[in-house]
Amino acid sequence: MESAERVPGRSRSYYLGVACFFVLIAMLLGGTYYATQKIDYVWRWYRVPQYFYYLGEIEVRAEIQGEVGSVAREGEEALVRVEGDGESETYRVPAQDLRVSEGDFIYPGDVLGVYKEWKVGILLQGLWLTLKVSLVAILLGILIGLATGLARISSNPLFKWTSIIYIELIRGSPLLVQIFIWYFVLGTLINKLLMLRGFGQLSPLWFGVASLAFFAGAYVGEIVRAGIQSIHRGQTEAARSLGMTYAQSMVHVILPQAFRRILPPLAGQFISLVKDSSLLGIIAIRELTKATREVVTTSLQPFELWFVCAVLYLVLTFSLSMFVQYLERRAVN
Amino acid sequence: MIDVRNVYKTFFIPEKVEALVDVTCKIDAGEVVVIIGPSGSGKSTLLRCLNRLEYATAGHIYVDGVDILDSKTNINKVRTEVGMVFQSFNLFPHKTVVENVTLAQKVVRKRSKKEAQERAMALLEKVGIHDKSNVYPDQLSGGQQQRVAIARALAMTPKVMLFDEPTSALDPEMVGEVLDVMKSLAKEGMTMAVVTHEMGFAREVADRVVFMDFGAIVEVGTPQHFFTNPDHDRAKLFLSQIL
Repeated sequence: MESAERVPGRSRSYYLGVACFFVLIAMLLGGTYYATQKIDYVWRWYRVPQYFYYLGEIEVRAEIQGEVGSVAREGEEALVRVEGDGESETYRVPAQDLRVSEGDFIYPGDVLGVYKEWKVGILLQGLWLTLKVSLVAILLGILIGLATGLARISSNPLFKWTSIIYIELIRGSPLLVQIFIWYFVLGTLINKLLMLRGFGQLSPLWFGVASLAFFAGAYVGEIVRAGIQSIHRGQTEAARSLGMTYAQSMVHVILPQAFRRILPPLAGQFISLVKDSSLLGIIAIRELTKATREVVTTSLQPFELWFVCAVLYLVLTFSLSMFVQYLERRAVN
Repeated sequence: MIDVRNVYKTFFIPEKVEALVDVTCKIDAGEVVVIIGPSGSGKSTLLRCLNRLEYATAGHIYVDGVDILDSKTNINKVRTEVGMVFQSFNLFPHKTVVENVTLAQKVVRKRSKKEAQERAMALLEKVGIHDKSNVYPDQLSGGQQQRVAIARALAMTPKVMLFDEPTSALDPEMVGEVLDVMKSLAKEGMTMAVVTHEMGFAREVADRVVFMDFGAIVEVGTPQHFFTNPDHDRAKLFLSQIL
């Protein structure tokens, strides 16, 4: 009511604030641009799309030595017949990108024609891998966190103490160190043992996902514990007084209510997880950040690419928070 | 039906409190026992011991012949026979009224969805909420919520009903509707143990009144005897203060 009444007569300082805000933004952007001009940085935004999608070339090469006997057109394509000593081969190449003509002498490995095909660029591959790693880690993190949270409030010392130690260890050490431990210590042990038993090796991706999942699991565990404990004791008493077991009262009464309360902090945790996945580049997982780094080294366009990288993360985290908001709205009723 | 023998209950939070001291009493089948007493006298603790929401420290409590303080007793099975109604209703806020009444029937009694639904609707009709079966509890008044809670407990077809100050959290004008439901239950012969401050209800419905103070049962008697001519001075003082 109050704000609705005040809209027509907004004060001058309000409009001044709005103006200053846009001036500030313009100054930031302009200042950055001016600075890059000063150091002679050349902006080449047109070079960025190729790292998402590009027209790749597939070359058709001759396998034998000989002369091009005939070139027969067949609609969009051409049939090239190479005739050598007592042998001949026919190659199918696109008519537009034919590189030889009748009578040419061909050595093995010579390019006869070129196919063009759209290919997924390295940045898009990196984005996809980041998405995949994050989603798997989130799902595992929920399972680990649920188990940890339930164990944390258990009266059994085995569960309670284990979960406390797990939570404290994970929360007390840097994620980067945990990734190294997963990869260099646990990874070496597990892969060595698998090798001794004659099984295949696990790729770094698995250890990366595990490190993220266990990292998130500890935090989710605390969120779940707080959520369960925030449900009034009377709910448990009512459920138990009806003859439900501890598990039944958890599943049907406590957890559905706790879930609604823990959605917002859970969303924050998972947005962190998406961003933390950028650390996985150090163990040779080519997710978005690693992919960007590689592209930067080859393209020498760091300014454009790092902005693009940041925006791509923003797209992921923003969609995630939109999805959680949708869940929240649905959970209200 | 319920046989309480020499029960003690000691709390250690935050310091040692003897909530029940050597309590012995009996509730026969079909009987309505009203437990009254000043606050902190152990009435609610005694009631909550009867379905082991509080684990009595010492003594024996037999419900339908089963010693519920024996750790080998399947308490969940006993609890299905003992309905409980709470002061703060404790309806499940994420379930509709009818789901509140069907949930335990399906999960615990393993009744079919249809059977549970029919029983729930019949009970809601009985407590007068059948027209609001699909709304959520927070859209009901306190009195309506408590009546749903009674229906939820009755849905398990219990042999005993425990009422823990069922009208204490209600606005005065809603007390009557809940008491009416309880009275009709008593008339049908339900075994009931009721902790309440509603002396009118005790006088009208109770077969026996149990008066507690400092964790012990001070006096047991018919309502007529208790309200007109109690034996103990403490009971006389209590009555003089509330009537």
